[in-house]
Amino acid sequence: MSLLIFSILSLLVMFADYKFREVDSVRSALSTMVAPLQIIVDTPAQVWRWVGRRTADYEVLHEENEELKRQALILQLKLQKMVAITTENIRLRELINGSKRIEAEVVVAEIIGLDSDPFTHEVVINKGASDGVISGQPLLDASGIMGQVISVNRYTSRVLLISDARHAIPVEINRNGVRAIAVGNGISSELELLHLPDTADIEEGDILISSGLAGRFPHGYPVAVVSYVKHDPGRTFAVVKATPLAALNRSRQVLLVSLNPLPVSAEITDLSNKEKVK
Amino acid sequence: MAKASRGILIIYFSFLIALMLSVMPLPDNLQWWRPEWVVLILLYWIVAFPDRIGIGTAWVLGILLDVLEGNLLGLNAFSLTIVAYITLLSYQRIRMFSWAQQALTIFFLVALNQFIAHWIKGVLGVSVQTMMFLVPAFVSALLWPWLFVLLRGVKRRFHVV
Repeated sequence: MSLLIFSILSLLVMFADYKFREVDSVRSALSTMVAPLQIIVDTPAQVWRWVGRRTADYEVLHEENEELKRQALILQLKLQKMVAITTENIRLRELINGSKRIEAEVVVAEIIGLDSDPFTHEVVINKGASDGVISGQPLLDASGIMGQVISVNRYTSRVLLISDARHAIPVEINRNGVRAIAVGNGISSELELLHLPDTADIEEGDILISSGLAGRFPHGYPVAVVSYVKHDPGRTFAVVKATPLAALNRSRQVLLVSLNPLPVSAEITDLSNKEKVK
Repeated sequence: MAKASRGILIIYFSFLIALMLSVMPLPDNLQWWRPEWVVLILLYWIVAFPDRIGIGTAWVLGILLDVLEGNLLGLNAFSLTIVAYITLLSYQRIRMFSWAQQALTIFFLVALNQFIAHWIKGVLGVSVQTMMFLVPAFVSALLWPWLFVLLRGVKRRFHVV
């Protein structure tokens, strides 16, 4: 008897969670309740890193410091050039009456949990609604786009990575602006480009940047580098695979980008986050 | 009365540990080998106290696991409910089994749990191309005798009745 009650209850809950957005608030409340568990589970790793920092060799630290200084110098050099280029860009855009680029604000977050299911690619970060995180917000690491926030709790949020089989991101080829959609296929080092015509100008080594077309990801951030192109005359579309640039399974420090919402994005954010996000 | 309530606290505490172990960060290659802690510990307590731990407990545990893992709400609740029901039907037999028979039973129960969960995930579009999701069932079965001894120790040490 109770088997019947509880299995029907589970089926109802599953249906409701799949179909109605209202359930998200229930889930969010429950998640906030179990958030301490996630933090406790992450503690050994934190302690390990803390011990590592405390007991790090002087020599190693010194070398790391030197290396970082060198890097900072190089980056500053690049930045100097960037300032000139940015002003030039703005001027040129004004000349052609183009719209201004969106300035993005960035918050640094830390990954505190990985999804324990190897079939899905999701991570938990230590910023939540109390830090102003919203559903749909893009997540980056130092080298490229990692994914987007799919559910927000009070102190943590859950991020769907671009390599998950449910995720798709609009991209364009940096070299020539050809647009495509990069879909995850469940392998963390591989994305697939769908529906790219056989005649499209794409080569191995092309950098894919976000095209910003769906209004969810900002334009112009690196996403992946094309690793495999096969033109098969027997098929309508070329088979193209790409390797994500972000260190999806290594990064710890990540960046949350907040955008001023675009007019087009209103409708998109209304979509249930269970649906494939284009 | 005081004793009984302390016993139930010990049981809930073991469930808490099981939930934490099932979301513990592991290296990517080891993810596949993670035993189904929640199923294992739930099965032990059902076999030990079928009159107290049953389908309701299984359901609540499943919901908590779903929230922790970010699954569709009710997915694990459903599979755990079914596994708990089958265990409730056969706990008297499981008690009489030898180690090997118990481990084999655990293998089938965990495998059933995995099958149900991945069927539902498959329907939702999570690509499941390998049979690798049965590895946890195998690991769980191997782990069962040790876990059984450990939990029996806990039960006796804290006089859970």
